[in-house]
Amino acid sequence: MQMADSPAMPDASGHFGPYGGVFVAETLIPAIEELRQAYETCRNDPEFMAEFRYELKHYVGRPSPIYHAKRWSELLGGAQIYLKREDLNHTGAHKVNNCIGQALLARKMGKPRVIAETGAGQHGVATATVAARYGMECVVYMGAEDVRRQAANVYRMKLLGATVVPVESGSRTLKDALNEAMRDWVTNVHNTFYIIGTVAGPHPYPMMVRDFQSVIGEECIEQMPEMAGRQPDYVIACVGGGSNAMGIFHPYLGHRDVRLVGVEAAGEGIETGRHSASLTAGRPGVLHGNRTYLLQNEDGQIIETHSISAGLDYPGVGPEHAWLKDCGRAEYVSVTDSEALQAFHDLCRYEGIIPALETSHALAHAARLAPTLANDRVLLVNLSGRGDKDMHTVAELSGIQF
Amino acid sequence: MSRIDSVFQQRRTEGRRALIPFVTAGDPSADMTVPIMQALVRGGADIIELGVPFSDPMADGPTIQRASERALAGGMSMRKVLGIVRSFRESDAETPVVLMGYANPIEAMGTEAFVEQAVAAGVDGVLVVDYPPEECRTFASAARQGGLDPIFLLAPTSSDERFDDVAQAGSGYIYYVSLKGVTGSATLDLDEVCARIPRIRERVGMPVGVGFGIRDAQTAARIGAVADAVVIGSRIIEEIENSPREEAAARVESFIRGIREALDATEGVLK
Repeated sequence: MQMADSPAMPDASGHFGPYGGVFVAETLIPAIEELRQAYETCRNDPEFMAEFRYELKHYVGRPSPIYHAKRWSELLGGAQIYLKREDLNHTGAHKVNNCIGQALLARKMGKPRVIAETGAGQHGVATATVAARYGMECVVYMGAEDVRRQAANVYRMKLLGATVVPVESGSRTLKDALNEAMRDWVTNVHNTFYIIGTVAGPHPYPMMVRDFQSVIGEECIEQMPEMAGRQPDYVIACVGGGSNAMGIFHPYLGHRDVRLVGVEAAGEGIETGRHSASLTAGRPGVLHGNRTYLLQNEDGQIIETHSISAGLDYPGVGPEHAWLKDCGRAEYVSVTDSEALQAFHDLCRYEGIIPALETSHALAHAARLAPTLANDRVLLVNLSGRGDKDMHTVAELSGIQF
Repeated sequence: MSRIDSVFQQRRTEGRRALIPFVTAGDPSADMTVPIMQALVRGGADIIELGVPFSDPMADGPTIQRASERALAGGMSMRKVLGIVRSFRESDAETPVVLMGYANPIEAMGTEAFVEQAVAAGVDGVLVVDYPPEECRTFASAARQGGLDPIFLLAPTSSDERFDDVAQAGSGYIYYVSLKGVTGSATLDLDEVCARIPRIRERVGMPVGVGFGIRDAQTAARIGAVADAVVIGSRIIEEIENSPREEAAARVESFIRGIREALDATEGVLK
């Protein structure tokens, strides 16, 4: 497959090549159409976009800096590693960029209630935060297993005034939370806006979330010449659903000499079957409103996934990533739990930055790649979130109980 | 004429409404499904909607999700669902069977292979919940060509233009979702349904079945006054769930008979 020089993706009906689309029950079609039209109006409305940028600057604290991880680069002995510090955003991750955009849209559409699904809890916290900021009712669906793994984030959401609903069905993780949120939306569509946290779901979500997150890559394109004297050779980001990766990749799509690398969670190893690497080990199928790569069995049932990081523990991936993989514009690799943990500890010790476990997958790939390259090569890693929320998981693995 | 068309024609001639129960294949176990389907027919079912279990049934409520989970835990798969239809056909060549489920198990089998094997097994129609007309033109035309009616949903929120899209893509009948929630929800706005159905029937030019939220004979009868068919799902699953295994078929039969009688007592001829 060939990619057009000016990637006008998706097409009008939300398709990225064979991926994406609107695979939902009839009951949701009018809601999605209403959203599509509202977003179309707002993205072309200078006033809306100005308010979005104002909020990103004054509430989120953008632009986020780029930091040259000199000590870690020296230790690895090869390419220079730069980090896009999304962990310094208000709420501690890139997720808030998108939540601000969608909450503003919800307000424009006159929906006083927002709902969200969350895995690690970052998107839930970001949604609860903006709901408090704009005075909206907020309900967050979270797999019961994730509620257990991410107790601190659950408390954070409650502090912010949100109702957290533990989901006990299926594998009790992110995909089940998504199912439950969809059900809520179907039932309460008249007053409810569903804030999806990743670049997946029915059109226009993959495009809309990508657009709101593209501020990450847009800033990098401006900042890299100042910081490194040029654009990077590689841009590296972790991929669960893929929103932080799309956010940093998308503005770079036209920069043909910048290689884009998405890093999936190999869990205990691809060969063990206990992983979340949909692009690496999945097949195309239909789930959660879009066609994309999925982890599924021979019969088309979605299989349970595994990753040390709740935010990557998802059996699908955004449809634009599926397209970028097939057309070769981005490459996708995977990193195991233990490789990610190693990178997590290294960044703590050598740079004084505690990264999220999700982000640690991207860092682990950078650590693998850097020593193979000359020391004038430049890697840009999207440091998508901070690791405070993961203290409990990491401590448990080291045999420490709080 | 297809089995589905002839059922609707026959009922119309008799001035009766069609009764369409839904059960999930493999719930509570694979060997129980054929006896339950036979019991439904004895109790007065005209068409059977057979649920193909899926791991992520987004449009269904907790009752049907539980049925799906039980069926999958017992090893149910698309191939086994088709096997169930084949063995049902050994004793019943008349009652149409419509498979209802989600896109992914069909795509995993391959849409062409699915149509071919479903028709060979004796399936009459297929309703894919997450295939709106615009995303399944190829599948819908392959299904029709192969002799399988593609059945589509309409909802209270659907526009008049949607009626036309669905009428063009579908055949057999239209399944009108009578409320805005998921399957098995409690509240049903009967007045809204009764006002809406005649307009839809006129516009789509095919029979309209109404489902979602119909839990008793009285409601079924009121819907029957305006619709060609009544679909009952979650309530039957609950009957199966709450029965000892050996009694499940008999209890389902007696429940559906109650609905049948109320429906047959419905006055008024549909145009």
